[in-house]
Amino acid sequence: MIDLIHTYWLYFLVGQYPQGPLGGVALTVLLAAFALLLSMPFGLAMGLARTSGRRALRWPATGLVYLVRGIPLLLVVFWAYFFLPSVTGHKTDQFNTMLIALVVFDSIYLGEIVRAGIQGVPSGQYESARALGLGHGRAMRSVILPQALRSMLPSLVNQFVSTIKATSLGYIIGLTDTSFIATQINTQVFTKAPQVYLLLSLTYFLLCFGLSRFAFALERRLGRRTSSPSPAAPAGSAA
Amino acid sequence: MPGFDLALLLHGQYHDWLVAGLLVSLKLAAVVLACALPLAIVIALLRLAPHRALRAIGATYVEVIRNVPLLAHLLFWYFGAPELLPDAVKEKLYAGNFEFIAAAIALTLYAAAFMAENIRSGIRAIPAVQFEAGRALGLSFLGAMRRVVLPQALRVTVPPLLSQAIIFWNDTSVATVIGVGEMMYQAARVETATFRSAEAFVFITAAYLVGSLSLTALAAWVQRRWPVRTF
Repeated sequence: MIDLIHTYWLYFLVGQYPQGPLGGVALTVLLAAFALLLSMPFGLAMGLARTSGRRALRWPATGLVYLVRGIPLLLVVFWAYFFLPSVTGHKTDQFNTMLIALVVFDSIYLGEIVRAGIQGVPSGQYESARALGLGHGRAMRSVILPQALRSMLPSLVNQFVSTIKATSLGYIIGLTDTSFIATQINTQVFTKAPQVYLLLSLTYFLLCFGLSRFAFALERRLGRRTSSPSPAAPAGSAA
Repeated sequence: MPGFDLALLLHGQYHDWLVAGLLVSLKLAAVVLACALPLAIVIALLRLAPHRALRAIGATYVEVIRNVPLLAHLLFWYFGAPELLPDAVKEKLYAGNFEFIAAAIALTLYAAAFMAENIRSGIRAIPAVQFEAGRALGLSFLGAMRRVVLPQALRVTVPPLLSQAIIFWNDTSVATVIGVGEMMYQAARVETATFRSAEAFVFITAAYLVGSLSLTALAAWVQRRWPVRTF
């Protein structure tokens, strides 16, 4: 197993880069980070629509959530893979196909995180903002969202973990991500399949476990700060 | 792109492929659910056990499994694990329907880790005095769990378990990667044979949605029928 790492570590980390396309662990992390960043505005919009008082916004958003959560991510990837070319006229590469599918998925899940964040802010906050004469948009922007977004931070890191795990599906459409590179290595070495796939699992584990520990620590820190005694805070607002 | 050909989905060879895929998906989901639930209960109990070593085993299992993507689990069980077996056994495995077995193992272990967490939080929602009263009446750890805590925890746990089941119903699609002939696999096969991707994908999208939405409805019904009792 050690000589396996010794021979292939660079290939495993970056693929054929700089001679060829970027791949491996670097591609996995980059793809997950791009997907999460790009889906943030959409996630915010989804969260606002889901908590909106207007049915015209709330119902389509709710329908979309049920639709996307009701089908496998792999199916979204396939739809993107086969139908983007017929819409745009030219072939989309694997990276962008996967990116689009992940953005669709993350937007929906981030939307639910934003919704939970908004609903977690005590309703007195919104009411007092409105009583002070702020409009709905202004009350959301200056009062509710700053508080909601802070409590969402740990969930965001956890969503990043889910996104990293989801990038592995790129393997199926031939994206040169970590799983794909591991399979390539397995084909080259041929006799060490258990070791190669254990190494693959270990890599994902280190990435994801590290990040979820970070999310946990973040949660505890934020929890401590919110529940620290401030004379104005009403009891029970630390939830 | 030619028009949408509904007839393709209603009868003929391609219809048969897709329906066969649906049946394999359902079978896989049923096997996984049946095996993962008992395993999940055991792991949840391990995580709550009175001995530190047992708790560590439970926690390690959950963290290791949850932090590795399902795809890596499938690749390991299909390509990796059989290499550890003697050659004769290996040949027998690959000659049979091994991809289904490997997928069932990977999905069961994966699902059990998530379900164990649902069950654990359900058990922890039951006030500790219930368990303590059970012990005080002379029941053992397992006896108090089985007769006092678990029946109450069930009401708390079933709705989140059903939401979790939706995720595993969708996750069965990933088994296509090791060649299990489930829906996603058959849709890709129809696509390759006919270039009629829209028809095949509409069929399986509808099938996945019907499965997921029925589970959502079931969860809502269970929650209404057996509401959580407050203490």
